[in-house]
Amino acid sequence: MKTLVARQAMGKMVRGEALVAKDGFSARYDLDRAKGVFSRPSHQLAGKSYVGKILVLDTSKGGVASAWMLREMASRGLVPLAIVFNSVNPILAQGAAFGDITLVSGFDCDVTDQIPRGATVEIDPAARTVSILE
Amino acid sequence: MKLREIEKEMLVGKHGLAVRSAIEHQVRVGEFFGAEDFVEVTQAHVMGDTESLGQTGIEWLESLAKNDPGARVRIPTITDPRGTDFAKVLVLKQPAFAVDLERRAIEAFKRLGVLMTDTCVNYQTIQAPARGESVAFGDTGVVIYSNSVCGARSNFEGGPSALAAGLTGRTPRYGFHLDAVRRATMRIRVEWQPQTLNDWGALGGVVGKLAGHYWAVPYMEGIERTPGSDELKHFGAAMASFGSIAMFHIAEVTPEANPGGLPVAHRVSEKEVRALQNAYASGKEIDVVVFSAPQLSLYELRALAALCDGRCFERPLLAITSPQVKPDADRMGLTARIEAAGGHVLSGMCFYQSYAREIAEANGWKRLATNSAKMVNILGGYGYVPHLASMEQCVEAATTGKLP
Repeated sequence: MKTLVARQAMGKMVRGEALVAKDGFSARYDLDRAKGVFSRPSHQLAGKSYVGKILVLDTSKGGVASAWMLREMASRGLVPLAIVFNSVNPILAQGAAFGDITLVSGFDCDVTDQIPRGATVEIDPAARTVSILE
Repeated sequence: MKLREIEKEMLVGKHGLAVRSAIEHQVRVGEFFGAEDFVEVTQAHVMGDTESLGQTGIEWLESLAKNDPGARVRIPTITDPRGTDFAKVLVLKQPAFAVDLERRAIEAFKRLGVLMTDTCVNYQTIQAPARGESVAFGDTGVVIYSNSVCGARSNFEGGPSALAAGLTGRTPRYGFHLDAVRRATMRIRVEWQPQTLNDWGALGGVVGKLAGHYWAVPYMEGIERTPGSDELKHFGAAMASFGSIAMFHIAEVTPEANPGGLPVAHRVSEKEVRALQNAYASGKEIDVVVFSAPQLSLYELRALAALCDGRCFERPLLAITSPQVKPDADRMGLTARIEAAGGHVLSGMCFYQSYAREIAEANGWKRLATNSAKMVNILGGYGYVPHLASMEQCVEAATTGKLP
């Protein structure tokens, strides 16, 4: 079992399947929030469902809307379980705080290289750890 | 975080439930980013369109005033564009539920004492922040302009955080409130001079993609003339959109411009800018023309009105401005000249925040032409095929149905 340590973390302990890409994330730019899939044609995860997944991506992109949107997505049950970033902007951190979504960011490696696609991952925000279970 | 006495009082509820909930949120965000303490802010700017809030966000907003009837913002707190112009709902064919949500959101904001300015260009229309002024602004284009052109200090403050700042009068001191974060991290040599607003936007997009993330601060040299406010508006909005960038330095423009001994990491020529523009040029046929994101200044409307004179549009043309500029445009006859050609001048909203997916389906809009690099970057996710062109080319497309 490999464990990565993040510099920033918030939220609940979660375990789930990793959806990994070397790409960014914005709830407004990249998602069809009604259907729960990535919809931006140029996004590496276009067409894939993010619901209940642990998103492992490079960085947060785009505007301020994600700060509201994560909570709204959570209210309909169409939300990622957690988000893991190499770096995060304030909007996604504010959105995660408002929407009560687990968020970790900041590693000494490129986290999108370290977590295999589809791996089962456990995040412990209190310990700031991301463990790759299988 | 180190808390002052008043902040401790806020946390235990001595200033009401809404303030307590606001500062709890701010402490959570501040601790995530390692903020040492709070910084007092003079203005807050809240993004609160209902497509983003949804039913849940509006109920939360309504609950603030319901659970704490005395709750009021303690500093001037203004709003970003709304999701509609109530006078143009039928033109846009927006769904009734959307208009209802907008009305509820406006009422909830007003109960908290928020001023409904509905603008993303408050630095042009309400009050530009001064150098060194700490603010809590909630539109990426507003933040990058305020940091880079005005020399003010703000992070990207999403709706809940900007409203929290309005209620508490402060924000956690991290990011662009700190001198160390405001220094250039990357030096770029610009070897080509943008001419049109879409050129400035495309250059901003190229730099945004190169810089790549919120904590990058690109320093640019080689821009030979001092750009005006509209040019910097499009430049910054696109850079923030493509790269999540909150601050840039332009030599001789940004008050704090300093390359800090960095070597030139990238050279940007016409080739890179044209490549970005060509990525949004997939065909000639156009269903709708939109000028928005950011809202148009009086000068942009003046230029557009001149292009509209004597024309008769085959395709819808929407020009979206602020509620502050619209009365002037009406009074000075600019609105009448644009609408005489068949266009529409809307105010207080922004196209991509106005249920863009639903209005595309209702109107049969897919192929959209605009001179906003920011908007072409956003609309792909909403099912549009966006085309980036100059204002002149967009007006031609509205006239003939085809880009020249």
